[in-house]
Amino acid sequence: MSGTFTKSMARNVFYGGTVFFILLFLALTFDSMQALPKRDNRQALTEQVAHGKKLWETNNCIGCHTLLGEGAYFAPELGNVYVRRGPEFIKAWIKAQPTGTPGRRQMPQFHFSDEELDALVAFLKYSSEIDTNDWPPNVEG
Amino acid sequence: MQYKSQAVAKPYFIAAIALFVGQILFGLIMGLQYVVGDFLFPAIPFNVARMVHTNLLIVWLLFGFMGGAYYLIPEETETELYSPKLALALFWIFLVAGALTIVGYLAVPYATLAEFTGNDILETMGREFLEQPLITKVGIVVVALAFLFNISMTVLKGRKTAISLVLLMGLWGLAVMFLFSFYNPSNLVLDKFYWWWVVHLWVEGVWELILGALLAFVLIKVTGVDREVIEKWLYVIITLTLVTGIIGTGHHYFWIGTPGYWQWWGSIFSALEPIPFFAMTVFAFNMVNRRRREHPNKAATLWALGTGVMAFLGAGVWGFLHTLAPVNYYTHGTQITAAHGHMAFYGAYAMVVLCIISYAMPVLRGRAANSDKSQVLEMWSFWLMTVSMVFITLFLTAAGILQVWLQRFSDTPQAFMQVQDQVSLFYWMREWAGVVFLIGLIAYIASFFVKGEQEPAAA
Repeated sequence: MSGTFTKSMARNVFYGGTVFFILLFLALTFDSMQALPKRDNRQALTEQVAHGKKLWETNNCIGCHTLLGEGAYFAPELGNVYVRRGPEFIKAWIKAQPTGTPGRRQMPQFHFSDEELDALVAFLKYSSEIDTNDWPPNVEG
Repeated sequence: MQYKSQAVAKPYFIAAIALFVGQILFGLIMGLQYVVGDFLFPAIPFNVARMVHTNLLIVWLLFGFMGGAYYLIPEETETELYSPKLALALFWIFLVAGALTIVGYLAVPYATLAEFTGNDILETMGREFLEQPLITKVGIVVVALAFLFNISMTVLKGRKTAISLVLLMGLWGLAVMFLFSFYNPSNLVLDKFYWWWVVHLWVEGVWELILGALLAFVLIKVTGVDREVIEKWLYVIITLTLVTGIIGTGHHYFWIGTPGYWQWWGSIFSALEPIPFFAMTVFAFNMVNRRRREHPNKAATLWALGTGVMAFLGAGVWGFLHTLAPVNYYTHGTQITAAHGHMAFYGAYAMVVLCIISYAMPVLRGRAANSDKSQVLEMWSFWLMTVSMVFITLFLTAAGILQVWLQRFSDTPQAFMQVQDQVSLFYWMREWAGVVFLIGLIAYIASFFVKGEQEPAAA
């Protein structure tokens, strides 16, 4: 930070550098958007899946669970739960909550109809088929 | 106080501290639920407690940023605020809206809240940190725009310093990036991709501009070092921040369905993200060492140095720890992430808000600095909160390493809950460290009520 490097030079480097990297980021974003159709399983996006995602959101599932590793770390990863447990187990599990076992972490009872349970399972199936570069490392999530 | 409109900062600071207390109380509830799973169930399920914990954090930091801006801008621009009345009105609107949202989280099931607050019109709820009902989100935008109007008009009519311009860029960036919270497509990958444009480009982007500006302002005040030097540093730091941080967004694009090349972009650029934080630490210490005056407010100086160090450790070192893609493959979404999140938010943002409060509050109360007795207690609170946060981070890191080992790295991986049971000792220790943090916070609040010999008001 010698005397030759002035504040106005620092300011110009800031504006130039920021603009350059914003443009680079936008270019990478554009390229990602072109690549996504082959990776994000959008062909499986049915109305049922969309309904499942809405149920996932309006019951704040992310407040305890992770989905593709993002969310809270209080309860198991669900991005691959369809693979780990299968549809029937998932539905039976949700219906059986809370377990009421003293001292154990509890999941609330959400009173889903059968149709809603199917939508949630469809959403979790869709999520499990997204190309995540082979994450998670194993089926336990 | 040089400008009487700076006084509007005071209620913002008081609200920030009050909400901070709420955040910590809910943190302790969650910490206990980690080991006593049915604690307060079903009255306050974990997901509700977490939503309150993280949303209160965001809201109290926003109160702190806004209060900081209202205090700093008149002094930097050498003119009164454009409209102190608007600032005060926005304070009450934001406080009431925030309080109603929190009450909504606690009083009714989340699905009911969604139903009655217009989530069917535009589905934005139920995503981490962006859980707010649609009406709250719209309210945030309205308050933010009115706030920015007020601040921008003030800057326009006054002196334009680098500090005020950087602060303004940070605040505008905050408001603009928040608009992406309204975009929530059914396509999960797109949802997640742009969700990070709010979350990452806030905390590892524009918020760092706010952090830098607040820190630079306090350093000018407490050290008396030449503005030219401090503002040059500020530009260098925020350049490093955005050059590394914008492409650094890529470290969130490893495993969510995005192309594999992000593993390279994200790893390389986010590996450089500690550099601006390191520069900030060097900057703070350098300026204090070169000080031209002995400011009576020692506590504010301590917070200024502390935020540099803790931001570097929490955001820089603990971020680097798990940011390289081959490492992140195993650590993604484990307690390692939680450890990093805790120290980074405390070090970078909680501490800088406490720093500006520490500097400004005595002035707002008509004195250059608090009494020695009060400052000693404030410094105790600094050490109690900071050291306990270091321990919270260390315990969560230990839990995270074990979790990775047992659940992810092993040849015979174990199930999530089976692993959680085995690391519960560390969760217990984290909870006790959290209790110490609360004691520190109580000491902090008590320091505002300690009397004693006071420094006379400075010009």
